[in-house]
Amino acid sequence: MTAGAESILNAKIPEGSIQDKWKNHKAGIKLVAPANKRKYTVIVVGTGLAGGAAAASLGELGYNVLNFCIQDSPRRAHSVAAQGGINAAKNYQNDGDSVWRLFYDTVKGGDFRSREANVYRLAEVSANIIDQCVAAGVPFAREYGGTLANRSFGGAQVSRTFYARGQTGQQLLLGCYSALMRQVDEGRVKLYTRREMLDVVLVDGRARGITVRNLVTGEIESYAADAVCLATGGYSTVFFLSTNAVNSNATAAWRCYKKGAFFANPCYTQIHPTCLPQMGETQSKLTLMSESLRNDGRVWVPKKKGDDRPPHQIPEKERDYYLERKYPAFGNLVPRDIASRAAKAMCDDGFGVGPTGYAVYLDFGDAIKRLGKDMIRDRYGNLFAMYHEITDDDPYQTPMKIYPAPHYTMGGLWVDYNLMSTIQGLYVLGEANFSDHGANRLGASALMQGLADGYFVIPATIGDFLAEHRPDGLTTDHDAFRASRNEVDDAVKKLLSIKGNKTVRQYWWEVGRIMWNQVGMGRNEKGLQQAISDIKGLREDYWKNVKVGGSAEDLNKSLEFAGRVADFLELGELMARDALGREESCGGHFREEHQTPEGEALRHDDTFCHVAAWEFKGAGKDPVMHKESLEFENVHLAQRSYK
Amino acid sequence: MKFTIKMWRQEGPEIPGSFVEYSIDNVLPEMSFLEMLDNLNEEIIGRGEEPVAFDSDCREGICGMCGLVINGMAHGPKRACTTCELRMREFPDGAVITVEPFRAKGFPVIKDLVVDRGAFDRIIAAGGYVSVNTGSAPDGNAIPISKDIAEKAMDAAACIGCGACVAACPNASASLFTSAKISQLALLPQGHAERKQRALRMVEQMDREVFGNCSNHAECEAACPKSISIDNIARMRREYMKAMR
Ligand SMILES: Cc1cc2nc3c(=O)[nH]c(=O)nc-3n(C[C@H](O)[C@H](O)[C@H](O)COP(=O)(O)OP(=O)(O)OC[C@H]3O[C@@H](n4cnc5c(N)ncnc54)[C@H](O)[C@@H]3O)c2cc1C
Ligand code: FES
Repeated sequence: MTAGAESILNAKIPEGSIQDKWKNHKAGIKLVAPANKRKYTVIVVGTGLAGGAAAASLGELGYNVLNFCIQDSPRRAHSVAAQGGINAAKNYQNDGDSVWRLFYDTVKGGDFRSREANVYRLAEVSANIIDQCVAAGVPFAREYGGTLANRSFGGAQVSRTFYARGQTGQQLLLGCYSALMRQVDEGRVKLYTRREMLDVVLVDGRARGITVRNLVTGEIESYAADAVCLATGGYSTVFFLSTNAVNSNATAAWRCYKKGAFFANPCYTQIHPTCLPQMGETQSKLTLMSESLRNDGRVWVPKKKGDDRPPHQIPEKERDYYLERKYPAFGNLVPRDIASRAAKAMCDDGFGVGPTGYAVYLDFGDAIKRLGKDMIRDRYGNLFAMYHEITDDDPYQTPMKIYPAPHYTMGGLWVDYNLMSTIQGLYVLGEANFSDHGANRLGASALMQGLADGYFVIPATIGDFLAEHRPDGLTTDHDAFRASRNEVDDAVKKLLSIKGNKTVRQYWWEVGRIMWNQVGMGRNEKGLQQAISDIKGLREDYWKNVKVGGSAEDLNKSLEFAGRVADFLELGELMARDALGREESCGGHFREEHQTPEGEALRHDDTFCHVAAWEFKGAGKDPVMHKESLEFENVHLAQRSYK
Repeated sequence: MKFTIKMWRQEGPEIPGSFVEYSIDNVLPEMSFLEMLDNLNEEIIGRGEEPVAFDSDCREGICGMCGLVINGMAHGPKRACTTCELRMREFPDGAVITVEPFRAKGFPVIKDLVVDRGAFDRIIAAGGYVSVNTGSAPDGNAIPISKDIAEKAMDAAACIGCGACVAACPNASASLFTSAKISQLALLPQGHAERKQRALRMVEQMDREVFGNCSNHAECEAACPKSISIDNIARMRREYMKAMR
């Protein structure tokens, strides 16, 4: 098929020991003089933790920043929904944590498919993130003595997670948003809300701007800059039902892919173990119940298949606490991929509970006995209330029913150590890039990565590039901008002109179905091949038969979604191809053909210890896969064990 | 379940709107209000008509993007609940439900149920921050903050910026929103250095936007999906008075 092309990827990992790489690199970076910074324009797309932090920090440095988002305010970016917390190697609990341990846990958690140097840097700057957020007024949880509180999270044996009730993402984002609005006030950042980026504009092979649709007026607008930073989040919504916000999408990243940015490891997706089970076909999204619940909740199913007694009537000895049984060292705190797969396996084998048989119990009975109801309310009150509200069931009385759901995408645009994609001058930050989590992300580390990229990495690395690429007076009058506008405009008009008989939502639901069934938690060769051909068929049908309501000239949600679903119908195929090519199991990617006798993921390090970065070769042509091989010099490659 | 929806339709900011009646069938009690509207839109698109525009994103009550006036109440009849979290089981089968945008001079309608809440961003830009550049922060534990203060600050910081307070207020005042931010940063030691200037500038910006004055109706607190307390408004007044001195 496609593999085997000579590697043209240069990750630009600095020399030196892992502890010195970032320090040395920063010391050697070229700088832009303070007085010159305002002559440079940087576009930042996205206002989540990654984009918001980047835009604010670049503004503080003196660059002229243009910042875009889909929502009506930067404060609503999807980062706002994160519940559980953010990791940092502070060792405030004196429980043996360190930068090294966070680095080690993250590499191991990612099942040895991430780049060591990036992960080490992430662990290194994690402590500064907490300091920055506290200084900005983020009201983290505190102990009675006034110090910062911590909790533990899946896949870790230390307490290094900082949190603000069950609303950590909201509080971090609002901190970031405040810093951003200060720059807006000072005139260094210009905000463009209700704009959707639909293309990246290249001049002489370099990213020089973007084309966006003004979501209120429908106008297609152009913006020019000296560099473009993409921080547009993940693509879990390709599954239709996910824990992501309904406007989360792949479009910005996908359009960059089609202009030459390689897409790395698209098949690495995370299915989160603790979500509310699906209820019906009219549901628009799935709700996450924070992973922190696994600190005190115990996961179980009845020992007898098809046991439909209510949970309180099932005696203790007839319950299978399968995570504690299979993984005694980590118990209910195993990493997400393992917990999710175990739940699926129990349900596939007929032990599942609830009306569909696709749910397991998460039980707080013991914790309430041990700690008291008040303590549990203190820790999880808002989550319990949310669960009660949605399901009409009271988790203080009866165990929660949970099931895995698509949640996070480790894959994303390929970037080098400086976070630059394969397009010169196009940087990618946060969930939109592929860099730090390998094949599985540990809990509370996405917020950390977004803020690391935005607050600490990009402000340093972008200067190196800009110092070498002086402002040259390019404006949006350049032909490249006109060509891009025309291309975008044609696609919009095409979608509206089809006037078929199936709505955008129906197609989205169908592609999501294919992805969930064949490219979800369990994957195999036959299913993946089927998915590729089904998606192709659906895509052809889409362009003949889709029905988009409304017009191009004003606010039209149906049209917005139409563009995004068109991209899902292409991305879905690439995800399946990537999953098909990766003939091993690792982290969230589970190929049923490759498992240990106990049913655990079986890696093949001899052939697959690499990043798979896909290059677009044109519509209707097969993409080409390039490999970046991964070296593990500090953490010894080993089969992951949480037993 | 089955409902009749009296829906506000308005093509654009300058075009007068009116109510249009729709009926919808096959609604499940566990569906959220917005899922019900999604389904209605599918039918509307199917008929070749223009779907109803409304905002939403997270659909779990945290982003503040959604917000409708339902049967005359901002975010509908249930207390401490956003529109996206409201379930259809809250309405009796067969009910007639009125749906309108958040109405306030400060929130001009863009289309149908979508309004422009940009004024809120401008209020925050006027001082809703601590001026600390990236990289210059001391250790997180350098300033101990008592649990009690941290919790109070968190109560205020929980505001999602949806604008229900403005929509519910007979004067369309933005006091609850503005005071929540002023309070959070006045409670925390990190915010003290700038507290005077912050209170003055944010209150002035609030007045400059076309919001009304607070006359203690407390409708805002009742409508707030996060139960932000009007004690914050009292604190904002104190902060403002102190700053004036
Ligand atoms: C329910 C939930 C709970 C979570 N809990 C945790 C947790 O406890 N701890 C943790 O570490 N992680 C958690 N995560 C993951 C984490 O929240 C995200 O990975 C992270 O916040 C992503 O940040 P981001 O800045 O990369 O992107 P986002 O926050 O998704 O921001 C994307 C931005 O890009 C903009 N955008 C997107 N497309 C376009 C376009 N085409 N044009 C213009 N703008 C565009 C959007 O408007 C938005 O501003 C959670 C995720 C979910 C879904
Ligand atoms: S859609 Fe986010 S709060 Fe309702």
